[in-house]
Amino acid sequence: MDLFDDIIIDIKQLTFSRGGRYIYKDVDIRIPRGKVTAIMGPSGTGKTTLLRLIGGQLKPDSGSILLDGDDIPRLGRSELFDVREKMGMLFQSGALFTDMTVFENVAFPIRVHTQLPEDMVRDVVLMKLQAVGLRGAAQLMPSELSGGMSRRVALARAIALAPALVMYDEPFTGQDPIAMGVLVNLIQKLNQALGHTSIIVSHDIKETLSIADYVYIIADSGVIAQGTPEQLQQVDSEQVRQFMLGLPDGPVPFHFPAADIATELMEGH
Amino acid sequence: MQPVLDSIALLGRSGLDKIAAIGRSGMILAHAIVARPDPVQSFPLLIRQLYSVGVQSMIIIIVSGLFIGMVLALQGYTILVDYGTEQAVGQMVALSLVRELAPVVAALLFAGRAGSALTAEIGLMKTTEQLSSMEMIGVDPLRRIIAPRFWAGFISLPILTMIFSAVGIWGGMLVGVDWLGIYEGSFWANMQNSVDFFDDVVNGLIKAQVFGLVVTWVAVFQGYDSIPTSEGISQATTKTVVYSSLAILGLDFIMTALMFGDF
Repeated sequence: MDLFDDIIIDIKQLTFSRGGRYIYKDVDIRIPRGKVTAIMGPSGTGKTTLLRLIGGQLKPDSGSILLDGDDIPRLGRSELFDVREKMGMLFQSGALFTDMTVFENVAFPIRVHTQLPEDMVRDVVLMKLQAVGLRGAAQLMPSELSGGMSRRVALARAIALAPALVMYDEPFTGQDPIAMGVLVNLIQKLNQALGHTSIIVSHDIKETLSIADYVYIIADSGVIAQGTPEQLQQVDSEQVRQFMLGLPDGPVPFHFPAADIATELMEGH
Repeated sequence: MQPVLDSIALLGRSGLDKIAAIGRSGMILAHAIVARPDPVQSFPLLIRQLYSVGVQSMIIIIVSGLFIGMVLALQGYTILVDYGTEQAVGQMVALSLVRELAPVVAALLFAGRAGSALTAEIGLMKTTEQLSSMEMIGVDPLRRIIAPRFWAGFISLPILTMIFSAVGIWGGMLVGVDWLGIYEGSFWANMQNSVDFFDDVVNGLIKAQVFGLVVTWVAVFQGYDSIPTSEGISQATTKTVVYSSLAILGLDFIMTALMFGDF
């Protein structure tokens, strides 16, 4: 069966610019349902921007972003909030509500979007926290958590309403190896157990490729390579190889564009 | 020629930015006012904000009101005693407070205490992506975060103004009657005879209501529209205090002219 027989997100001819610079130009991306899709690429290429475009927090200059047939950029404000109930997003910082306990944070989407009685909310929250291994931290405040724990709580909150789509914004950045291993494991297991679609934006190649079913590599305002992790290892493009192997210099230069150093040094004399 | 054109373009761009900001602030106000409240979820949020915006501002309002009332009585006495009309101190203190000083000073203090806190809180929520995550959870931050804070400020300031006036008059009495020895009967009787409920008290409260709207609107907008960096939040809180203070003083002049001007 082809990976793209059933797609949840279909991005067509997406163009988005900021400050006169194209972040995306005529980009097509398809996200298969129930799989883990990774969006990778060097810093500053607009990976997080793509998640915000899918979430409707940014509007593209042109093109369409279809989520199960709903064209996100063309939805009204209230329709957009309805569609977002199908999404969960794990922010890079965790973005927990600092005036609420861990328990209240995870309960927040459940209380807002459902009419469940309080004892049932409690059960659901404890199960979600158990899934991320933090049931014991339920009564802590976000300020008492480590960075890795915050992300796990945010993950529990993102999956609280069992969304069809979960987006992870740089989930591994700044994590120690143990926390990183825990998160990789969690993302994979939750995806398999809950059957949702995952989009991971990351530049941590090894960790992301270990759980991704399909990968898009983004640079120069577009997709420069795509395929399964195995297919990407075979890609011959120098730009892709530089990124995959983490080489400091290549088509993506180490130096920011500048005048010749000898000329510039001489100018001071 | 080019520098002139550049200057004109810069001026135009800055004008457009200002107009766009006014438009965005109007949208925020419209959302906060028009948003259909859900009593079960909105009421506890409003109560919590009334506490942090209103109740927690009471200490500064009470202390300031007391001292301003005391100073008014002291200054009034030293002038009026020369003409043998020191019994009018009560009337002078009450009218000054109810018509002008209580609405204006309470609003200025409110902008400094509660307005700046609102801006910093909302700005930090933006910086730490809490507003974005709320949006992605499918909850509109304009309804959940902005609306209760706006209504709390709108409701609190007139009440704080009344407290300011009451404490100020009491402070005036402490100085005038208990310290300087003005006859208590004339202190209160003059006040009762000269202060009109509708012309003075209600007009003062209308001013407080307008200031409550303006200060809270500026505060929540500056927080929501802030640049999500530490410098951006610092600028936003400064703007809240400066813009609110200028708006309070400007609007006070206009409202005073309309309410008490005898044209």
